[in-house]
Amino acid sequence: MFARLVKSVARVNGLPTLRQVFVPQPVVGRTPADLRAYIDGEDPIIGGAFIKGVIDGLTGTLVAEDLSSLAFDRSTPRLLPPDTVANLRRQFEESRWTDFLPIVLPTEQRVAAMLKGTSRKPEEIVGRLQPARFRELWEFNVEKVAVNAVMAGARPEYFPVILALAASGVTARSSSTTSQATLAMVNGPIRNTIGMNCGIGAMGPYNHANATIGRAYGLLSQNLQGGSVPNESFMGSQGNVHSYSAVYAENEERSPWEPFHVEHGFKPDQSVVSLFMGGWYIQFGGGPRETWQEQFRRSLRACDPYSGPVLALDPLVARGFVDRGFDSKRKLAEWCSANSTLPAREYWDNQWVQTLLVPQAVAGVEPYASYLKAAPEDLVRMFRPEDISITVVGGETGAMWKMLSGTYLRSVSIDDWR
Amino acid sequence: MPRMLTVHDPRGFPPKVAGKRLAPRLDGLDGKVVYLVDCLFDNSEVFMNQLRDWFAQHLPKVVIRQIKPRESWVDDPEMRAIIAREGDAAILGVGL
Repeated sequence: MFARLVKSVARVNGLPTLRQVFVPQPVVGRTPADLRAYIDGEDPIIGGAFIKGVIDGLTGTLVAEDLSSLAFDRSTPRLLPPDTVANLRRQFEESRWTDFLPIVLPTEQRVAAMLKGTSRKPEEIVGRLQPARFRELWEFNVEKVAVNAVMAGARPEYFPVILALAASGVTARSSSTTSQATLAMVNGPIRNTIGMNCGIGAMGPYNHANATIGRAYGLLSQNLQGGSVPNESFMGSQGNVHSYSAVYAENEERSPWEPFHVEHGFKPDQSVVSLFMGGWYIQFGGGPRETWQEQFRRSLRACDPYSGPVLALDPLVARGFVDRGFDSKRKLAEWCSANSTLPAREYWDNQWVQTLLVPQAVAGVEPYASYLKAAPEDLVRMFRPEDISITVVGGETGAMWKMLSGTYLRSVSIDDWR
Repeated sequence: MPRMLTVHDPRGFPPKVAGKRLAPRLDGLDGKVVYLVDCLFDNSEVFMNQLRDWFAQHLPKVVIRQIKPRESWVDDPEMRAIIAREGDAAILGVGL
């Protein structure tokens, strides 16, 4: 599955003739005997014995192409050649520059109007994005972000939020095989000035700003990072519905706790967008009722141990927790941490815990180092308090809560992009 | 006659690709130090152990050393320096 990808990565890193050999997939979950059979077997991509490819790669003769140090430029134009609306729509779709929903074509007039939503200059560099850590970083300016904002149907007054998302360095189109999505939440005064929804239906398709800001984030991610094309620059096995649009605002006015951005060092009157990596699972419940502790323990244990949850609590739920003594988000996060336990055997058997946290455990990073020493049936905490984000969203039509997969990554100032 | 529109290209700016020459190949592997670089994907260590065993059985004069970066998916210049200083060749692997 990864042959096209690794050849592409070698090419854009200036080594198009890098020697590569392949074994069948998967490696994950295979026994030592299975893997030895891979080594003794055929290369399913190039053909011939796998091990012969290894030896030849190390000892073979180099040819002129290997030594040519081929450099090339892949510039993209500012404007496309003039064409009809129908042809341009077809070109955008066939080039995979859309999410396959209708787009607004980014004419010069529309892009110019979008640029009026910021004081920043069109040619100013905003940032760089990549679909995965091993891919090259593509760069983009304010105008390129505006182009994608227009395509998504966003309005100029939303543009500072979209620029902040673009400047975050976090893509909404990760190439991860896990089909990772990026969730984003807006805090501060801009929520109200641009009419974002933090009440009834805030996490659904019921608000122009929420919907188009989220869509713009997705489109700009795929187009400004060099694509999100299945089997090339996107390897998510199943895809993720959150990738269409996953931006909402926190209901600060109805929350009993301090806003999320204030927890993270910003002032209440600053406008900020916070980013969460995940979008893999969603749990749901009501309350808190008499058995809320049992329900929360069960739900926390059902979370993926590599991806800490974002708790999205309706204001009624948040106030219910205050009534039970949780007068801060931190207290609730600490309770959740203490009650999110799993046998060490099960914790370490998770593919991503194994891949990403074992090296930290071996390097002595706590709590993972202690977890690695735990007996198989010892209970370990799946999440530290700081791995659990508490947010308040909803319109108080019901005391409902969600736990969404979402590792907090960072918060970005929106005011810097006004 | 359909109306013609001029629109912006939505793509970002790709980095220029700076070509690199491949390192010289070895005349043979006997007596050479070959590093097996475990890229820390789940089960990749088991794969590399099997590759190490293959060399021990079939090409025992090759000196095989296994090495890992300090963290998953993060460049480890110290590890690369060790390979450059002490190794003759390296095999990187293996994912998913």
